[in-house]
Amino acid sequence: MIAELGHFALILALVLACVQAVVPLVGAQQNRYALMAVGRPAAQAQLFFLLFAYGCLTWAFVTSDFTVRLAAVNSHTATPLIYKITGVWGNHEGSLLLWAASLSLWTVAVTIFSRDLPEAFMARVLGVLGAISAGFVSFTLFTSNPFTRLLPAAAEGRDLNPLLQDPGMIIHPPLLYMGYVGFSVAFAFAIAALLSGRLDAAWARWSRPWTTAAWVFLTAGIAVGSGWAYYELGWGGWWFWDPVENASFMPWLLGTALIHSLAVTEKRGAFRNWTVLLAISAFSMSLLGTFLVRSGVITSVHAFATDPARGLYILVLLVLVIGISLTLFAWRAPRLTGGGSFALMSRESTLLGNNVLFAVVTGAVLLGTLYPLFLDALNMGKISVGPPYFEAVFVPLMVPVVVLMVIGPFVRWKNDDSARIVRRLAPGAIVSVLLGVGLAVVVGNFTWRTVLGLALAAWVLIGSVQLLRARVAERPGAAAGAGVRLRGIPAAWWGMWLAHLGVGVFIIGVTMVGSLESELDVRMKDGQTARLAGYTFTFRGVVDAPGPNYLAARATIEVARGERQIATLTPEKRLYLAQQMPMTEASLDIGPFRDVYVSLGDELEDGSWIVSLYHKPFISWIWLGCTLMGVGGICAAADRRYRRLAERRVPAAATQSA
Amino acid sequence: MPAERFLHSLRTAALLLACCAAGAAHAAGEAVPVSDDPVLEARVLALSHNLRCLVCQNESVAESRAPLAVDMRNQVREQLAAGKSEKEVVDFLIARFGDFVVFTPPFKASTVLLWLGPAILLVAALGAFALRLRRRQQEVPVPLGEAERVRARALLEAAPPPEEPYK
Repeated sequence: MIAELGHFALILALVLACVQAVVPLVGAQQNRYALMAVGRPAAQAQLFFLLFAYGCLTWAFVTSDFTVRLAAVNSHTATPLIYKITGVWGNHEGSLLLWAASLSLWTVAVTIFSRDLPEAFMARVLGVLGAISAGFVSFTLFTSNPFTRLLPAAAEGRDLNPLLQDPGMIIHPPLLYMGYVGFSVAFAFAIAALLSGRLDAAWARWSRPWTTAAWVFLTAGIAVGSGWAYYELGWGGWWFWDPVENASFMPWLLGTALIHSLAVTEKRGAFRNWTVLLAISAFSMSLLGTFLVRSGVITSVHAFATDPARGLYILVLLVLVIGISLTLFAWRAPRLTGGGSFALMSRESTLLGNNVLFAVVTGAVLLGTLYPLFLDALNMGKISVGPPYFEAVFVPLMVPVVVLMVIGPFVRWKNDDSARIVRRLAPGAIVSVLLGVGLAVVVGNFTWRTVLGLALAAWVLIGSVQLLRARVAERPGAAAGAGVRLRGIPAAWWGMWLAHLGVGVFIIGVTMVGSLESELDVRMKDGQTARLAGYTFTFRGVVDAPGPNYLAARATIEVARGERQIATLTPEKRLYLAQQMPMTEASLDIGPFRDVYVSLGDELEDGSWIVSLYHKPFISWIWLGCTLMGVGGICAAADRRYRRLAERRVPAAATQSA
Repeated sequence: MPAERFLHSLRTAALLLACCAAGAAHAAGEAVPVSDDPVLEARVLALSHNLRCLVCQNESVAESRAPLAVDMRNQVREQLAAGKSEKEVVDFLIARFGDFVVFTPPFKASTVLLWLGPAILLVAALGAFALRLRRRQQEVPVPLGEAERVRARALLEAAPPPEEPYK
């Protein structure tokens, strides 16, 4: 009964999405306010029904209603409650429902936080979002209905994939989806602007906080996913260039470019074509990612060919979205010029240069991700494109991006004196190179990779300090104290500063862990010790530690540095019962400058255990860097000037109506 | 994330072998490293990271616990121990399993676009960038007409005074 209610709510949501897709757009075209006004209530009712449907599905999981096929396949009576709830999105159908619900959430957020948009513009934005929603809700209903019954019911569920029974599963998918789907708002704003022919600074200003918010979610989602892989997979890797990871990374790259391009469009009116194109591409990449992950095409082209319904549906959706928006773009773009001239040495050209590089990097990642699929589909042989390829392509392209990132904020808009910039930045650059070489020697890893990474990171940090000092010095009112002048800096600037600083911190983490990590596999018996990177590991035996839906052997390993006891680690080896799947649960001692990471292997015939010990210097800095980028994004999106315009308009409207 | 991704299992198998070879059991004291030749083991590990486990989903031979991966690692170890170079081992594996087995695709006719693609993209993008920049530099700003000047002045005078950034 509950499942049918959910199914019915989903159908109603589809009807509402169709209404939202058509009526406000017609209204905007014919300038009829009554039609335009349909958008908001339609969007809000749609959110209600999608959340209701989502709640029904969750109910089936929580109550272990195994007459619902999805619950029977992805849950189990013994699954802990939290994983029953998160299990809803641990599968194809449920994650699509989450996709649709996130989209609806964003749409309603737009109706709330951007309520001061001109009526016609809002109507167009809601119309576009409604169309996307109709596409996805119908996809869910027609090809992937989560409420399908299983009759007769299964006696017991098959349980959620044990890899997914982890706290990472609680937050990673919702964050990632909010990010993915969030670019639909930037896309809808761009399409609405194209439809109305009004692509100006105001459009960029309206669009910016939404784009930044989506980017923050995507950044957080990717970072959490990488952290999850790090501790869950049992050997401490944090990025694999897996096609699924690439699918989330490509929208991130284009989203980053879009944020910067929007800044130029807002401040200078330039790059309008390019900004629109980026908004379209970033969302297309999100859709492409959904296609890659959901169609099964990654596993094998042939798996896709044998059951093409789902893949084909998204592919058609993808082609429609890209086709329609590019046609619209081609029609409107020639009219978009302006923004004035700028010289090679100008803020505009550093930002454009970065944008171009981001686009090239995205293209390269896309090429590497799709190339094996195409070769296979054309019967030209099977190849694998893995981390060595992506690193070879990514690093050389990202180094100039970081260099431009340091230089850009120092350069003036329109035109600047190259000699001034060189005088300003050369000392920091020289010191950074020296630091890079010096530190590489000090840490005992004199390779080009270490030198390059450390020098770049040093320059980012030095540049950040210089930038902050310059910003404080430039503010008027030198008589006031530095603290007062610091407080005068707007949140958006702090956002930029923090995010750029985060990139530097991130590079330190990547470089140090890549160059200096060490590992050791040992056979350990009670009381035996092993040494790695100055730490002593003492094995204190293994006990049984069964959980609700698994059996486990838990080892106790004491970690000491010299005489000082540092941590007691308890890695586990688990056997999840429903799927008879073994899992390792690594145990970590997380520190600001290093992680000590231990995972338990198999027991041997003589009673000893295989233990893998890892020393990961500075790995936390990877996520610290991501956190700084995310916090920077939040600061930027929350800048009050986005709200000031709205505040100002309220009294004006009030006086008019009086 | 493919479910089967574990490094350990593979290590375990390697270890079993090593164990049988080593024989002697140590009681308390120093634990025994799994491999008796750490240098060789590091080479095996480095090479296996670039090899695809053919029966897994996007996992390297270094990470997988599938029997085939264990088998491949043993082969790599044997051949390296027998004095073959990394390249010879890779060539041997490609001859046996095809290009699919390495994560670094070989450079040949069918992969030309893959390897040159990023460079082509970069050159094209930089070309477009340079073109755009030249056009921008040559752009002559259109001077304001008298009517626009008047309007701009009116707007400026009507605008509220800029906010005090600090007090």
